[in-house]
Amino acid sequence: MDTLLIHILNSLLYAAVLFLIAGGLSLIYGVMHIVNLAHGNLYAFGAFVAAWTVGLLVGGGTPTPVLYLVLLAGPVVAAALGAVLEPTLLRPLYQRPEEYQLLITFGLLLILEDLIRLIWGPYPLSVSSLFEGMGSLNIGESIYPTYNLAVIVVGGLAAVGLWAFIYRTQFGVVLRATSQNMRMAQAMGVNVNRVYVQAFTLGCFMAGLGGAIVVPQQGAVLGMGVDALILAFVVVVIGGLGSLEGALVGALMVGVVRELGINLFPEVELAVLYLMAAVVLLIRPAGQFGRA
Amino acid sequence: MEEDARAVSLLKTTQLTKYFGETHAVDHVDFTVTEGEVLALIGSNGAGKTTLINLISGLIPVDSGAIVFQGADITRDSIHEKIARGIARSFQLVNLFDQLTTLDNLALAIFSRDGKTRKLFTLSDADRAVRDEAVAVLQQFGLANKAGMVAGGLSQGERKLLDVAVAYALKPKLLFLDEPTSGVSTREKAPIMDIITSVVRAGKITAVIVEHDMDVVFKYCPRIVAMHQGTILADGTPEEIRNNAQVTANLLGAQAQS
Amino acid sequence: MSPVSGPNRRVLVAAGPIVVVLLILPWVVEPYQTVLLSYGLVFAIAALGFNLLLGYTGLLSFGHSAYFGVGAYAVAFTVKYLKVGSMELLLLAGILASALVAAVFGLVCVRYTRIFFGILTLALSQVLWSLAFKFFWVTGGTDGLRVPTPTLLGVSIDAGQDKMAFLAHRYYYYVLVLFVAATAVMWVIVHSPFGKALQAIRDNETRAEFVGVQVWHYRWVAFLISGVFTGLAGALWVPLNGLTTPDILVWNFSGEIVFFTVLGGFKTFAGPIVGAVVFNYLKTFAVGYTVYWQMFLGVVLVTLVLALPTGIMGMVARLSQKWSQKWKRTPAP
Ligand SMILES: Nc1ncnc2c1ncn2[C@@H]1O[C@H](COP(=O)(O)OP(=O)(O)OP(=O)(O)O)[C@@H](O)[C@H]1O
Ligand SMILES: [Mg+2]
Repeated sequence: MDTLLIHILNSLLYAAVLFLIAGGLSLIYGVMHIVNLAHGNLYAFGAFVAAWTVGLLVGGGTPTPVLYLVLLAGPVVAAALGAVLEPTLLRPLYQRPEEYQLLITFGLLLILEDLIRLIWGPYPLSVSSLFEGMGSLNIGESIYPTYNLAVIVVGGLAAVGLWAFIYRTQFGVVLRATSQNMRMAQAMGVNVNRVYVQAFTLGCFMAGLGGAIVVPQQGAVLGMGVDALILAFVVVVIGGLGSLEGALVGALMVGVVRELGINLFPEVELAVLYLMAAVVLLIRPAGQFGRA
Repeated sequence: MEEDARAVSLLKTTQLTKYFGETHAVDHVDFTVTEGEVLALIGSNGAGKTTLINLISGLIPVDSGAIVFQGADITRDSIHEKIARGIARSFQLVNLFDQLTTLDNLALAIFSRDGKTRKLFTLSDADRAVRDEAVAVLQQFGLANKAGMVAGGLSQGERKLLDVAVAYALKPKLLFLDEPTSGVSTREKAPIMDIITSVVRAGKITAVIVEHDMDVVFKYCPRIVAMHQGTILADGTPEEIRNNAQVTANLLGAQAQS
Repeated sequence: MSPVSGPNRRVLVAAGPIVVVLLILPWVVEPYQTVLLSYGLVFAIAALGFNLLLGYTGLLSFGHSAYFGVGAYAVAFTVKYLKVGSMELLLLAGILASALVAAVFGLVCVRYTRIFFGILTLALSQVLWSLAFKFFWVTGGTDGLRVPTPTLLGVSIDAGQDKMAFLAHRYYYYVLVLFVAATAVMWVIVHSPFGKALQAIRDNETRAEFVGVQVWHYRWVAFLISGVFTGLAGALWVPLNGLTTPDILVWNFSGEIVFFTVLGGFKTFAGPIVGAVVFNYLKTFAVGYTVYWQMFLGVVLVTLVLALPTGIMGMVARLSQKWSQKWKRTPAP
């Protein structure tokens, strides 16, 4: 029973982080119809910035609760990066075929990947003190890190917050209108350029947040971005590109399958995930929740 | 339909139906085409003409009803099977291979018709027979001097003609032409229709032409079928259609205003 | 009338001198340069295959590393488990294996287009990569599989001959012949009625269906041919590299294949070839020059997309057009 609970918590933990990454990817696609291959790097950026900022302050007398807040530097920087990248690199390409949009984000992926190495060097950064600082809980016979629960809560809050943001605010209305029919929205006086940059920034913020919250637990390592991107693809493929609900369900499914995979067939855990994405695409091209 | 009983029915739909949600685009339509005729399909915007063609040609699946072609039930046939049986169509919004030349647009249709597109290891330009035939068709449609131009670079009138020519080059038994003159100036309409009807008649092809311009319809088509809100309102000679009260009320009136 | 008509003959005339230069090259340049060029030619074969999908069928695959990798691993496995040393048999193994994988993956992928096709090809290639990575007792994991120099047409490397000399001469010619053959075959394919059907599908899928082209079937055949070309390249790559690692299965390598092709220009037949050779030099230079070579390549790619979307061949075409116009305007003396 306890082990079952732990498995469920692990699944949720993984799903929470994946939702943040994949949700951002999906949001950007939903609004702008661009698949940002560099999205994983923004997640990695969030992780590195968070780790580095906390690393500067840790041991310097900053109270620990503040350090948890300082993690937010990650998403903020990722968002700022997004706000710069969209107008400069992506905007010139909206009229061009999809291939070019993919290619430019691939170029961006290569650049950002090395930029991280250039800034922070080839070695992992870690702030495990924040992870350990929260201690652990007893669940029956076993103990479970409190920090992991915090991550699950943050993921859940992010999902709820995003939902409220998109379905309950003026900005959300504009966002959805633009996503459904860009020309129509434009005709109705929506400043599409502004919506695009806002959506992109928001998507990057989510990715950065995902990076920041995994840092205390896993550290920040080179290559984490690309790994995350591929998994985020699996999530959005399962849930449907452009759908936030889909990203949530996809993240949960991937979380569960991965937890099962790690425990039952560790060799092919990743292969199973990719196959799952392929199978979902086969059965439902637009994903579970896609607007086919 | 009584008068058609003697002639050979080429195509027959029975109770053909397609709804898009609340829209009854095609609603229990019985539609017959007789071998050898050139028929006009008329109706105001949204009457269901294009949807009817889409159903018969296989672009969209039918909700219910049946389509019989030369005595065979083709309701669930794939597009490919329908083409193979000899049903071809053109498109209301021009559908061409824009990066291929005008000649290649036609050559492809001919290659495909002759089952030659399965050939991987011969050069297409080396096939003189296909090339000559493509050139001949282009000449019939007055496009011979555009043979080397990419289809994307043609004028709207030329594109409409090429769209018809590509369908014609398949040598179909039954040809649907969905508004072959839409989007071209009134002045260009008559020459285009002249070309199309003469080519179709010379090729002894049965054709169904969707057209909004009543003068054109009355001039070129001995039989007219009028649709309205997904159903067939009237079916007869130009004279009968002109004098049909329902058609005048629903269609010709609107025509006069527009 | 000769079967090779006007423009086609011009192509042969243009290709002739290039082949001659390629033939004499090993006698005039350093072995290292020849080996580098061999890599370029191998990648060119892969890019030709890739571009049958992108340039001619309108499908952007982000998973072509799968076929390259399968070709390469098929060679490594055949050497390791069947103790085969003949390059011809190894190529056969590479071609068969990549054909098999492309046939199966293709069945799935050709039902989709655009980004879905891209993601699907990516996901499937990642399946292979993760398997190669995890089943290390079969594949050698990240250490890869070492492959000894094979025999070419039954002749093995001379006792005591330097591997570099072998690669720079005998193997270079081997690659060159296959490169020329692959290019010729691909050229015929894209100019065949089948090739026209693919281009028709690229331009307008619906209309292609309505002239009787069964879109999925044709896409599947194109996918298969594309996979086989890329698999052949993978097999040829193995003796050059001497080692097969999961790096060539991972999706970054798929990205590089896309990169070459766009660099050269995917709207022309020769673009992918030029792109692959140039990219290979560019990458080799960047890797030798800085640890941040990825960033360098990224900047090149971004610049390319923003400023030079038609690639090198597109630029060449534009320039030559400009010059010929200038030429015409200057009256003859
Ligand atoms: N794919 C579709 N989805 C939803 N509704 C459709 C679709 N295609 C057609 N309709 C609707 O079905 C009705 C019939 O449309 P159709 O295109 O057949 O008309 P039409 O007679 O060809 O008109 P027009 O003269 O404007 O071409 C219209 O109300 C149209 O809006
Ligand atoms: Mg219509």
